[in-house]
Amino acid sequence: MSGETILYVILPYVAMTIFVVGLIWRRKTDSYGWTARSSQLLEGRVLRYASIIFHFGVLAAIGGHILGVLIPASWTETVGLSESGYHVIAVIGGVSAGVAVIVGFVLLVYRRIKFPRVRINTTRMDVAVFALLAFGIITGMLATLTNIGDSVPYRATVSPYFRQLFILDPEPSLMTQPGVSLIFQVHVIGAWFIFALWPFTRLVHAFSVPLGYFKRSPIFYRPRAARPSPSRRPDTRIGR
Amino acid sequence: MKVRAQMGMVMNLDKCIGCHTCSVTCKNVWTNRRGTEYAWFNNVETKPGRGYPVDYEDQDKWNGGWKLDRKGRLKLKAGGPVKKLANIFWNPDLPELNDYYDPWTYNYDHLITAPAGDVQPTASPKSQITGGDLNLQWGPNWEDDLAGSNNNAANDPNFRKLEEQVKSEFEDTFMMYLPRICEHCINPSCVASCPSGAMYKREEDGIVLVDQEACRSWRFCVSGCPYKKVYFNWESGKAEKCNFCYPRIEAGLPTVCSETCVGRLRHLGIVLIDSDRVEEAASTPDEKDLLKAQLDLFLDPEDPEVREQALRDGVPSDWIDAAANSPVYMMAKKWEIALPLHPEYRTLPMVWYVPPLSPLETLGAELVRDGGDEEGIFAAIDQMRIPMEYLAGFLAAGDVAPVRKSLERLIAMRRYMRADTVDGEIRPEFATDAGMTPEDLEDMFRMVAIGDYEDRYVIPKRHGETSTTAFADQGSCGIDFENGAAIPPGLGEMTGVNAPDPVGGPFGDAMPGENGSEPDPDFDVRDMLTRHGGGAKSNGS
Repeated sequence: MSGETILYVILPYVAMTIFVVGLIWRRKTDSYGWTARSSQLLEGRVLRYASIIFHFGVLAAIGGHILGVLIPASWTETVGLSESGYHVIAVIGGVSAGVAVIVGFVLLVYRRIKFPRVRINTTRMDVAVFALLAFGIITGMLATLTNIGDSVPYRATVSPYFRQLFILDPEPSLMTQPGVSLIFQVHVIGAWFIFALWPFTRLVHAFSVPLGYFKRSPIFYRPRAARPSPSRRPDTRIGR
Repeated sequence: MKVRAQMGMVMNLDKCIGCHTCSVTCKNVWTNRRGTEYAWFNNVETKPGRGYPVDYEDQDKWNGGWKLDRKGRLKLKAGGPVKKLANIFWNPDLPELNDYYDPWTYNYDHLITAPAGDVQPTASPKSQITGGDLNLQWGPNWEDDLAGSNNNAANDPNFRKLEEQVKSEFEDTFMMYLPRICEHCINPSCVASCPSGAMYKREEDGIVLVDQEACRSWRFCVSGCPYKKVYFNWESGKAEKCNFCYPRIEAGLPTVCSETCVGRLRHLGIVLIDSDRVEEAASTPDEKDLLKAQLDLFLDPEDPEVREQALRDGVPSDWIDAAANSPVYMMAKKWEIALPLHPEYRTLPMVWYVPPLSPLETLGAELVRDGGDEEGIFAAIDQMRIPMEYLAGFLAAGDVAPVRKSLERLIAMRRYMRADTVDGEIRPEFATDAGMTPEDLEDMFRMVAIGDYEDRYVIPKRHGETSTTAFADQGSCGIDFENGAAIPPGLGEMTGVNAPDPVGGPFGDAMPGENGSEPDPDFDVRDMLTRHGGGAKSNGS
């Protein structure tokens, strides 16, 4: 089995499986541990800037990835957006989102280290998440910056590679085409590790966007009988 | 009309000596663990003072509770779902730990391990969170007995509402104690603030709880509660709060704070409420009418129509009887001596207070002793050391009338009983002057002055046949998770058993020694708890 298959087929499918199965398993067995685990109570002044900048930066970056990876170039051209026009938007959007993510992330790390109350409340899993995120953020930012001149034809290589993965017809050779720089390859490989770890960290809170809040009545009652008897859970929280 | 039963509490502030026993016993049961060191589900504040957390009553600062919008509709003061979601990455209204306090202990070990030296070793304060040294500046009861009052008492948010004249009377220093727990509101803003829907009122008794499995750490309940009685466990990342000791309440036992109150000033009971009219009551335009609106929600349990509807709505008949004997109903509605805390927050709170009497000026004191004339007596209330306007500021949305009525009735009770027991005279006019009957006053005397256990606590038991088995919960409590309050070291296996709901005492089968049986010399409670299936197997079914 070639290294290409391992890195660009096996690793992605293993990671995606762990991601999906892991999320379902965690939700079913550890709803108690499923939390954002906010530390605002312990420190709020720096968090105000760190958290808001980081989260909105991440949301923008995710949006950019969806646009760049999932939407084929032919679609954007159909709606009248030229390849060069697309690239200008991608670079401006990508760089500003990346800067926001980096500024927010650095502030978050600074806060974790600087304030003893937050430091003491940092789990090993938090450290692992920070390390993986740092890797993803740095390689992602470098990929964007090294591609300002549009030298990497990622919309013809990396993006179709992902789409082929998602329709279960992988074409790993797309990732090793000439022009796909090492930094793009490393960024993609690193991302799978983030997805594989995701279900076991507090990143799960991303799947708890409280949209039900818009629909439900402000005050509600629950009968005592509806409360499931609390079963003794094993300590399934990771990294403790 | 939709009838629900709602648990409530009345605290008679006239009897509070500020001993903090309630706080300590509550803490030992519920928040004596990592993540909740700073949390006091029950705390006692000296008033005037800034409170715990600091200035919690200042809703211009914290945006807790409800308000009416321009069209008179009830809205969360901190904003609805859209604003909440926009602020989800950082809650602008959340108190920080320092607004409560940095919980501390002392390095007592140093006292016995310090090497011999020229000076005595001391135990210095250490943060319970970081273990670091602390320079103590603030605590949950920093203002005890007006300590540091120059800085603190004058900044009491309740003073801002007072006239200049009352403020200047601060020179005639006064103080009182205010024990506080979760209000278990009929219209709880914490429940409405929770984006995840993890908080709820219990259908059976209106107790407000946090579903620990559903809480996702968004912490809007903490800021949404105007009383700041939802706490954030920084270790688990979940909200926790006073649960009205529901495992005890379900068994017909009073809450820990009530049971251990040395002044016996707490009263527990249920009221029947018309839950169809809750929003209407909370939307009452004038703040000063909120007290009456809430009293209107309390239904008369003697009214046959109410009883019939209650039965149709699933309230068990013994609960309806308990409502008829409820000290909360009597003190709040029948005698009108109890008042809600900050009704202007529009949460319709269910922990009410009998305002404290305070020393009268000389004239008034003589009047009371000699029996006095009515005009003089009731004029004397204006000269009480604790200004009525101050009490009205947090017990009646600034309206002095209900506070005056309550104090008048407390004095009328004393005059009437004094005339009866000291002078041997029945003076019905002492009752009628205060708008009551002699029978009412005697009932009131039994409730607030004698205060028998059975009169203070009228708590109907949970109906086992209508809910899930409680046996699996044996030895557990509401905050039941891996670092929860329920698990003594080494007892990790005691729950999770699948056994029928036992009959017998409130905690399952009769404990050895109960019901007249002889204590078993070989009995060890730890043994019972660790044995799989517990004591139920040995003498159950």
